[in-house]
Amino acid sequence: MADFIQALLGHYNNWAFILLLMIGFYAMIAKNNLIKKVIGMSIFQTAIILFYVSMAVKKNSTIPILDHGHGAVEHAIDVAAYASPLPHVLMLTAIVVGVATLGVALAIIQKIHRTYDTIEEDEIMEIIAQ
Amino acid sequence: MIQSQLPILIIVMPLLMALVIFLLGHKNEGLCFYLHVLGMAGLFAAALGILDQVVTSGTAIHYYLGGWPAPYGIELVIDHLNSMVIAMVAAVTLLVAFYSRQTVPAEVPMRTEHEKVPLRVRNYYVLYNLLVAGLLGLTATGDAFNLYVLLEIATLSTYGLLALGRGRAYYATFKYLIMGTIGASFYLLGVGYLFIMTGSLNMADLFTLLDTAFMQQSMSITIAFAMILVGVWVKMAFFPFHGWLPNAYTVASTTSSCLIAPLMTKVSVYVMIRLMFSVFSAQYVFEILGWQKIVVPMAAAAILFGSISALGQKNLKRMLTYIVVAEVGYMVGGAWLGNVNGYTGAVYHILADGMMTLCVFMAIGAVSYKTGDASLESMRGIFRKMPVTSVVFLVGAFAMIGIPPTCGFFSKWYLVTGAYEAGQWLFLGALLASSLINAIIFFRIIETGYFPDFNKAHGHGHHTDKTVVAEAPLSMLVPMVITASSLVLIGLFSKDIINNLIRHSVPPGLF
Repeated sequence: MADFIQALLGHYNNWAFILLLMIGFYAMIAKNNLIKKVIGMSIFQTAIILFYVSMAVKKNSTIPILDHGHGAVEHAIDVAAYASPLPHVLMLTAIVVGVATLGVALAIIQKIHRTYDTIEEDEIMEIIAQ
Repeated sequence: MIQSQLPILIIVMPLLMALVIFLLGHKNEGLCFYLHVLGMAGLFAAALGILDQVVTSGTAIHYYLGGWPAPYGIELVIDHLNSMVIAMVAAVTLLVAFYSRQTVPAEVPMRTEHEKVPLRVRNYYVLYNLLVAGLLGLTATGDAFNLYVLLEIATLSTYGLLALGRGRAYYATFKYLIMGTIGASFYLLGVGYLFIMTGSLNMADLFTLLDTAFMQQSMSITIAFAMILVGVWVKMAFFPFHGWLPNAYTVASTTSSCLIAPLMTKVSVYVMIRLMFSVFSAQYVFEILGWQKIVVPMAAAAILFGSISALGQKNLKRMLTYIVVAEVGYMVGGAWLGNVNGYTGAVYHILADGMMTLCVFMAIGAVSYKTGDASLESMRGIFRKMPVTSVVFLVGAFAMIGIPPTCGFFSKWYLVTGAYEAGQWLFLGALLASSLINAIIFFRIIETGYFPDFNKAHGHGHHTDKTVVAEAPLSMLVPMVITASSLVLIGLFSKDIINNLIRHSVPPGLF
């Protein structure tokens, strides 16, 4: 039981991102309104960003910039004191991808609205079926 | 000098071309096509240069972006496997570039219903170039995260190109966008778990780091593999995740479907093969996980589902999209058989299926360009009206069925041999059944095409002998004929392709 609670609380960042992931996933699959689907998609992508950023957290560490300037070579660099910047950098790219996807999705919804005069999925299906 | 820069040139060239077309095409729409063909021809030459380098040197090309050494910087790795895929992608894009001369201006939709102002042809070619940059990039890259970014560049351009279709195109594209994003996100999650466990994103580096008993027993690595697989399966429309493909590809414009149908699924299959064998290992996939017991029957289900659904379609383009779903099953199944013959069949089928899908989509596109729709009825008497197109379609159909000497026969031969060796009887049965169903499908079309308006002639009681030849324009015919002849050539030289390229890329651990 103690192990279970340890696993539950020890990885709380994972639970948070999985919860967000599932909220987004639910909205993408189950919502009828296309804008709500896109909001779900955004939550889904943001959850993954949270996952990446949370895995880079390191206690008592600092940003990976050498603060001694040019004289830094004389000091031994303690790698353990710095947090890995890589996940953050990766997520900058993922955010750009997410924004691009969001933009395309909104543009397509605008086109759908002009064509069918609605953005409710069931109403669109009715018009298509005719 | 330029030879050593070819791996990056194949990505940068279409990116720059997108910009050049965007700027220069502003004043002169007519210029876009020529610029585009020029760019694609240069790209094809570069792809052949890479292929030549790999075959003559016999080793993989490693290109370090910005000169940063491998595990730290991004690396492009081109070996025997992806040099072939790059050549296939470049060939398809060049052929479709020629083909697009008449179809793109004819199919670019109106900006709004009321104003009747056509959208710019320029924008179409810009998206086309971005798609090519993404596809070639994700084929060439040796970095797992870089692959995600380039996959999204390719898919985002695909959304744009598919949405330029008719009728339901917007809605179908929106569904594809939602599914595509889910796929890419799953891939990204899988890469995240790999990064947590290993701290690396470079594929070769991951391969070494994952090759320990601890990693192979780790649940996190198993989950990472499962998520990556689901991600690429959604992208390639593997059977349970295929829902978006038929709708999106059917309503797309002729050029878009000719371009995207042969490339997107095949490149995704390549990505799966690359990740299975170059990030994880054959030993891990087949011996430690042993998922081939589930995945190969799934592939068999994909083949049967795709073929049987294709049988029931009235619209020819929709029928072809279901055949694409079935063909994905061939390649996934072949790669998962876990022996050299299955692998050879799957990789050879990437090349063969890319070209034959292009061939049949181009032929159907030419028919719908002339007759205005793509139903079975539009094929009536087509052998008289469009003799060249029909012959091209015939060659493509023979390749799909698997009649020698077309390439379709040889890939099926290796897949069937591999399935026999692995004892996957269900998959073997599905392969044979699918060939039979393809034969039924295509002979039904050929029959309709060969006999002219039989009913009509009898109904009016006189023989209408109007053999009006209304062939598609030359800009469509030439790439179609080249594609059809390439199907036979790839078949005739299958031994050379397999011995010089595919056999060298067989991963260790396959027998």
